Amino acid sequence: MSITRRDTLALGLGAAALTVLPFRVSAAADDAIAAFTGGADMADSGVELTAPEIAENGNTVPISVSAEGATSILVLAAGNPTPGVAEFKFGELAGSTSASTRMRLAGTQDVIAIAKLADGSFAKASKTVKVTIGGCGG
Amino acid sequence: MAEGVKPRVKAPKSASAGEVVTIKTLISHPMESGQRKDSDGNKIPRSIINRFTAEFNGTSVIDVTMEPAISTNPYFEFDAKVPESGEFKFTWYDDDGSVYEDSKPVTVG
Repeated sequence: MSITRRDTLALGLGAAALTVLPFRVSAAADDAIAAFTGGADMADSGVELTAPEIAENGNTVPISVSAEGATSILVLAAGNPTPGVAEFKFGELAGSTSASTRMRLAGTQDVIAIAKLADGSFAKASKTVKVTIGGCGG
Repeated sequence: MAEGVKPRVKAPKSASAGEVVTIKTLISHPMESGQRKDSDGNKIPRSIINRFTAEFNGTSVIDVTMEPAISTNPYFEFDAKVPESGEFKFTWYDDDGSVYEDSKPVTVG
C-alpha cells in the first residue's frame, strides 16, 4: 500500500486532534484553579494529599486532604470529564483542617488539592493515581 | 427525589470541653453523575447531593461543595471541636431541592 497525499493529510489531522484533546481536559482544570485562586501563585508545600497509588476501582477512590491553617481546600481531578471534585470550607469549630471522602476517577490521572490559607495565599499538592477500572460508567 | 436516602452519622455521645472529636458521615444516595447512558444510549440526567454542612449549636464546622466526581453514597470524615454540651446538625442538599437532615447530641462532662 502506498501512502497518498490524502492519507498523509488524514494522519496529520488525527495526530493534531490527539494532541489537542488532552490539552482541552487540562484547560478545564486550569480554569477551575484560576476561578479558585484568582490567578495567584501557589506554594508547593503545605498541603497533604493522601490517595492510593493504584486504585482498582475508579468508582470509589478514598482520598484525604489536610493543610495547616487552611480556610478551604479545593480538590480537582484533572482527567475527569468535569474536573471539580469537592471544596471543603472549614468553619469556626473545625477540629483540624483536614477531611476525607471517596471520589470517582475516570482513568489514570493527577489528583490536585489546593488550599486557601488564612493569610490569603495558596498552596498546592498533586498526586498521580493509577486507575484499573474507570468510574464514569463508560 | 432519590429513593431510600438514609443519612448515617457516627459521633461520640460525650466529650470533654474543648475536645477535638472525629465525625464520620455517610448518606445513601446514587449520585448520578450525568455522564452515564442507559441501555438506549440516552444520557441519565445528573442527580447528586451538591452540598453538605455540619454545624454545632449553629456554628459552622465544615461546609462541603460537592461535584459529580464524589462517589455513590457520599462519605465524609472530619474533626470538630466541642466547646460545650449541644447538638451536631448535619444537612445534605440534593440537586432536586430535597434537604436531608440528621443530628447528634453531645454532652460535655
